[in-house]
Amino acid sequence: MEKKIELLLSSSPFLKQQEDTPAVMRQVIYSLLPAALAALWYFGISALMVMLTAVSFALLTEGVYNRLNHKKQTLHDGSALLTGLLLAMTLPPGIPLWMAALGSFVAIALGKLIFGGLGSNIFNPALVGRAFLQASFPVSLTTWVAAGSLRNFGDWRGPAFTIPFIQEKVDVLTTATPLSMMKFEGHLTPLNQLFLGHSAGSLGETSALLLLLGGLYMVIRNYINWRIPVAIFAAVMVFAGGLHLLNPEKFAPFYFHLFSGGLMLGALFMATDPVSSPITHKGCWIFGIGIGFLVVLIRTFGGLPEGVMYAILLMNSVSPLLNRVTQPRIYGAVDDRHKAKSKP
Amino acid sequence: MINLFGKRLPTFSHGIHPGDFKDLTRHLPIERMPFTDELVLPLSQHLGAPSRARVKVGDKVQRGQLIAEPGGFVSIGLHAPVTGTVTAIEPRHHPGGKMVEAIIIKTDPFSPQTFYNEHSMEWESLSARELISLIQHGGFVGLGGAAFPTHVKLSVPEGKHAQFLIVNGVECEPYLTADHRVMLENYEDLFLGIRILQHILKVKQVYIGVENNKEDAIEVLRKNVPGDMACEVIALETKYPQGAEKMLIEAVLHREVPSGRLPIDVEVVVNNSGTITGIGQMFRFGQPLIERVVTVTGPGINRPANLLVPIGTRLSDVLDYCGGLKDNTRQLLFGGPMMGTPQSHLDVPIMKGTSGILCLTENEVVVREEYPCIRCLRCVDVCPVSLNPSRLGSLAKSRDYEQMLDFHVMDCVECGSCSYVCPSNIPLVQRFRVAKGLLREQQARNKAS
Repeated sequence: MEKKIELLLSSSPFLKQQEDTPAVMRQVIYSLLPAALAALWYFGISALMVMLTAVSFALLTEGVYNRLNHKKQTLHDGSALLTGLLLAMTLPPGIPLWMAALGSFVAIALGKLIFGGLGSNIFNPALVGRAFLQASFPVSLTTWVAAGSLRNFGDWRGPAFTIPFIQEKVDVLTTATPLSMMKFEGHLTPLNQLFLGHSAGSLGETSALLLLLGGLYMVIRNYINWRIPVAIFAAVMVFAGGLHLLNPEKFAPFYFHLFSGGLMLGALFMATDPVSSPITHKGCWIFGIGIGFLVVLIRTFGGLPEGVMYAILLMNSVSPLLNRVTQPRIYGAVDDRHKAKSKP
Repeated sequence: MINLFGKRLPTFSHGIHPGDFKDLTRHLPIERMPFTDELVLPLSQHLGAPSRARVKVGDKVQRGQLIAEPGGFVSIGLHAPVTGTVTAIEPRHHPGGKMVEAIIIKTDPFSPQTFYNEHSMEWESLSARELISLIQHGGFVGLGGAAFPTHVKLSVPEGKHAQFLIVNGVECEPYLTADHRVMLENYEDLFLGIRILQHILKVKQVYIGVENNKEDAIEVLRKNVPGDMACEVIALETKYPQGAEKMLIEAVLHREVPSGRLPIDVEVVVNNSGTITGIGQMFRFGQPLIERVVTVTGPGINRPANLLVPIGTRLSDVLDYCGGLKDNTRQLLFGGPMMGTPQSHLDVPIMKGTSGILCLTENEVVVREEYPCIRCLRCVDVCPVSLNPSRLGSLAKSRDYEQMLDFHVMDCVECGSCSYVCPSNIPLVQRFRVAKGLLREQQARNKAS
C-alpha cells in the first residue's frame, strides 16, 4: 500500500449512540421552555428578570469556581444553566433579584460543587438553593402576586431592586396561592384555572398543562424515568383521594393536589433529576411513592401550604439507600435468595 | 411489556438496537479469494495452549496437510492452507497486538492447490470420542470471533449431559454477514454438521437461532431441514448482543446459565453456524479448517465483499483484493464494531476467528469528550446481565476492583452495550475489561500461593 493512512487504536465498541450529556441537558431545558414562556405571559418582566438573574448567577458561580480551582471549564455541559432556570421556576415573581442571585449561588456552590460537581451531588441543587432561600427569607418567598397577562408585561410584580439584606419588603398588592387559600381559608380553586395556570404562585407553578407537555416529551425521548412522576401522581391520588373520601369537607380532592402548587414542576423536572434519584427502577418507584406521600402529608397536616420541595429533598437523601437495597437480580444469580431459573 | 401488536419474536431481556449496517454486503454471494504469495499462520489462533509446529523451515507442505498439532487438550491442530514451502518459523505481528510465533508459508505458484487428502469421511460408525478427536485435529474453533476450541465444548464432562444443541446463526454484530451468507449458500453442510454433533452429544432437540434481519436465511433453513431431524429454526427479534451464548440460551430456551457456570450446566451446547458448517465440510470433503468466510465491509473499503479467504492471508492482500481503502479510513477492525479488535499493522494475517474486516472512516471514528456520570440509568436499562454499569464504572475509576466483585463484574459479558448508550461517553466496558483482567491475575496469584 502506497498511501499513508493514520490508524487509530482504541478499544471496542466503536459504535456509539450520538446524544451526549450536554445534548440531554439542552433537551431538558427545551422541555421546560413552554412553561417558562407561560411564566413570562402571566408575570411579565418580573419573571424574565428572575430567570435571567438566577441563570446568570448559576453560570457565574460555576465558571468562577472552575477558574479559581484551575479545573476544566464545565459550563458547556448545560447543567448549571438548567439548575439556574429550575431555581427561577420555583421562585415567586416578585422576589427581590438579589435573593434570586444568592439562591443560585447557594444552589451551585453548596448544592453541587462542594460534592464534586455534576454527577456527585446528593440533593437536587436547585432545591437546595430554594430551601436556603425559604429558610432565610420566608416572607419574600411567600409573597405572591396575582397572575396577569401579556397586556401588563411591563408591570413590576414586586420590589425587584432592593438593597440586599437591608430592605426586604416593600408593600405590594399581594394575593394568596391556591394552596394557601385551600389550607387557610378552605377555598378550592377551580380545576381549569389550575390546569392552565392562571393563578398566583411561583414561576413554574402556573400551567400544569405546559409542564405535562414538556414532561411527556422527555418521557418519549427517554430523558427522564417515567416511573418517578407516575409513582408520585399515583401516590398523591391514592393518599389525597383517600383523605377526601374520609372527609370531603376538610380535605381537598386529589386533582387539586395534582394540579396546584409545585407538584407538576417537582414531579416532572426536579424529582426526575437523574443524579439525585435512584438508579434502579424499583428504587424509582419507591422514591416516587415516597415523594407523593410526603407531599400530601406536609400539605395537609404540616404548617406549610406547600411540601413538594421538602418531599423531594427528603427522598433525595434516601436514594443511595434505595440503590443499595433494590439492586436487581443479575442474570444467572445463584445466591440463596435468588435461585437461578434452571428449568423453563 | 404489554403486548399490543400481536406476537413478538422471542429474544433476551435488555440489549440495544445499534442499527445493523448489513446492507453493504447482505446480498453479495461468497466469492473465493485467490491464493497470495505468502501466508502467515500464528501458532496461537485460539483460546488455550498454542499449537506445536510439526514442520521445519524448508519443508514442502501440501494444502490441507497438518503443520502443527494440538499443544494440549485446550488446543487444536493447524493445517497448511496452501501448497508451498515453509520459509520461516518466527514471531510475527498477531491481530491481538503482540508478536506471536508463526509458520510462514511461501505459496507454490505452479501447484494445482488440490487437497492433501481429499475424500469424504465416514462418521456414523465412529464413537463420540473419536469424532471429537477428529474435530480437534481438524483445527476447529468457534468461528464467531471468540475462537474457543470447538471440541472442548463438545466434550461433555462426566455426570452431565446435553439435551439441546443451539446453532448460533444470530450474527448480532452490525456490519457482519459471513454467517448469513454461509447459512444461505452452504446449508447442506450445516445440516450434515448438525447430524454429526447430534451423534456426538446425543441431544434430543436442535434449535437454530437466527435474527429476523436474515429472513431469507430463515426461509431457506426452514425449507431444507431434513424431515427426520428434530431441528427447529427459531426467528429471533434483532437485538444486540443476542449472539452471546448466555443471551441466546435465554432467548431460545428461557433458561439462565448460573453465574460462573457453563451452558452444559443447563443441558445446552451452543455452537456457531459457521463452525458447524465447517465440520460438515470436513466430513464431506476431508478438508480441515484452512479457510473461512470473512465479511470485508465498512464505509472505508472500496469494494465490500463476503470473501472465502485462506487462513493466514495478510490483511493488506485482502484489502488490495477489495479495491483498497478510501483515503479517509481511520480504523481497521477484525470482527464487528461492538467487540472487534483494532489493527495497527497491515501485515497481520486473517485468523480462524476473524469474522470480518471492518474499515471505518473519520466520519465514524469520533473521539468524544467524557463527562461525569449523571446516573441516567441507560446503561442499567441495556445491560443484558442486569449489572449496574454506572456503579461499576465509578468503582473502576477509583480502582476499587475488590468491590467490583461484589457488583458481579465477573458476570459481565463485555458486549459493550453500556458504552454504546452512555451519553457521558464513559469508557465503561473498556474499564471492566481491565478490571476483569487484573482480578483474574490476582485470583491466579492467590491460588498459586
